[in-house]
This record gives sequence, C-alpha cells and structure tokens, in this order.
Amino acid sequence: MERSDAELIAAVLKGDIASFEPLVTKYSPRLFATARRYARREDEIEDVVQEIWTKAFQKLSTFRGDAPFEHWLMRMAVRTCYDFLRHHRRNRENTFTELTTEENDWIERVATSPADVSEDSNAARQLVQRLMNLLSPPARLVIQLLEIEDKSVKEISQLTGWSVPLVKVRAFRARAEMRKCLARIAKDKYL
Amino acid sequence: MNELHQKLIAAARRTAPDDRVPYAFEKRIMARIIFSDHADTLGMWSHALWRAAVSCVAIMALSGVWTFWSAQQQAQPDFEQEFDSAVLVSASPDVVW
Repeated sequence: MERSDAELIAAVLKGDIASFEPLVTKYSPRLFATARRYARREDEIEDVVQEIWTKAFQKLSTFRGDAPFEHWLMRMAVRTCYDFLRHHRRNRENTFTELTTEENDWIERVATSPADVSEDSNAARQLVQRLMNLLSPPARLVIQLLEIEDKSVKEISQLTGWSVPLVKVRAFRARAEMRKCLARIAKDKYL
Repeated sequence: MNELHQKLIAAARRTAPDDRVPYAFEKRIMARIIFSDHADTLGMWSHALWRAAVSCVAIMALSGVWTFWSAQQQAQPDFEQEFDSAVLVSASPDVVW
C-alpha cells in the first residue's frame, strides 16, 4: 500500500533514508518543470533540481506539516531557482537586433493586426524567452510568478519569503523593466 | 506595445512546462543524499573531536601556568624561617665556628 507523504517523512526522520526516494519520484516532474522556467541548459536544470532535493533532505526536520509537503518543497524550489538566476546572470545585452525573420514577422503582425496573431507559435515562445533573459533576476521571478503563473501577491510572498510590500514594489519595477525591454523592440522595429 | 506585452504573456502561459525527469535521476539523488549523510556523520565527529582538543589544550595551558606559579611560590624564600634558622644556628652548641 502506498504510504502518504507524512508517513514517508516520518520514516526518513527516524533514519529510514530509503523512504525519501518515493518523494523524489513523486515530485521531481514538478521540480523539473519549475527549474526549466529559469534555466535553459539541461545540466544546469539537473543541478538546480539536485540542489533542491539536497536542501529538502537536510532541512526535512524543519517541515512542520501545517501545509502540504508540496507547498514546502515548492517554496524551496522557487528560492533555489532565484539563487540560480542571481548567480548565473549572463550577458543580458542580447538585444533584439538578433531577432530571426520569424520573430520579426510575428512582431509586425502584432503591431498591424493583433487579433489575427496566434500566441501559439515558435516565434512567440522564442520572443518570450529572449524577453525573460533580459530581465533582472527579481523582475524575472516576479513576472514569471505574477503574470505567467498568475499567482497572487500573497502566494508570491509565501513562495519567495519576501514581504507583501516588497513583492508589490518588485512587481511595479518588474513591469517597468519589461515595458522598457518591449519599447526597445518596438523602437528597433520602427526606426 | 500593450498588445505586444499581452500577446507575449499569453504565449508564455500557453507554453506547457516540460516535466521530463532524466533517466535514473532518483538513483543519483539517493546516492548523493546517502553520501552526504555519511559525510555529515564524519563531519560531526570531526567537529566534536576538535572541540575536545581545544578544551584539552586550554586545560593543559592552565595546568602549566598553575604548576609554574606553584613552583615559583615554593622557590621564594620564607624570610621569617630563614632569619630564625640563622639566629638559631649561631646559638646552637653543635655548630663549631
């Protein structure tokens, strides 16, 4: 019979380390999906998820059981991904002068007839990726959680450990940063 | 620009995240956790022994200081006794000058 998360955690805390494996099997897909939003290379993604699991094991005794284990794990995941973004800030000067023809066409069609343009296209996905890579780590995290994953300010506060006012300030700055990046596209396009 | 922003966010929302887990990932994680658990036990012992070593050195230093100080105290002459001895020696009938 399958054991519950609480039973598995209790077993691990009593010294049965093997009971940690079912938790790894169960939640790794969600962790990989999260990590893939913030890292691009597979080796980096795997490193991030390994780090999340290592931290989860080391801090397992701090899990109080007030909320589901998944929530506790996702908080750790978001913070680890944020640390990854801060430590791996690559050259963010990859400007939109390197847009592909497909991406250029997509932007032009949005400018001329936005209603006819599909969001479900490779060009759109690539543009989103470029845009997110241009943002600073806090801006990227807030845009990802607030606008793309549609989380509330309170949820973001719980996930990141930031206070609610700080989340609001960062959200304001993130949107301003995003507008600046988009203005650069529009300016480059229409010069 | 607002439309561009909205379209890009909508595109990001439509992109389902890839939740593939690499082959044998769970085994690698468990191996890493077991190794770090053992290493942690060794680290704990090492830490405890270092603390004990520091305490021993401190006790040794204190003992050395105390022994040195005691030896110094014993080496210092007791003038009262010395004076008495000197006076008694001169008065003693056994001593031949």
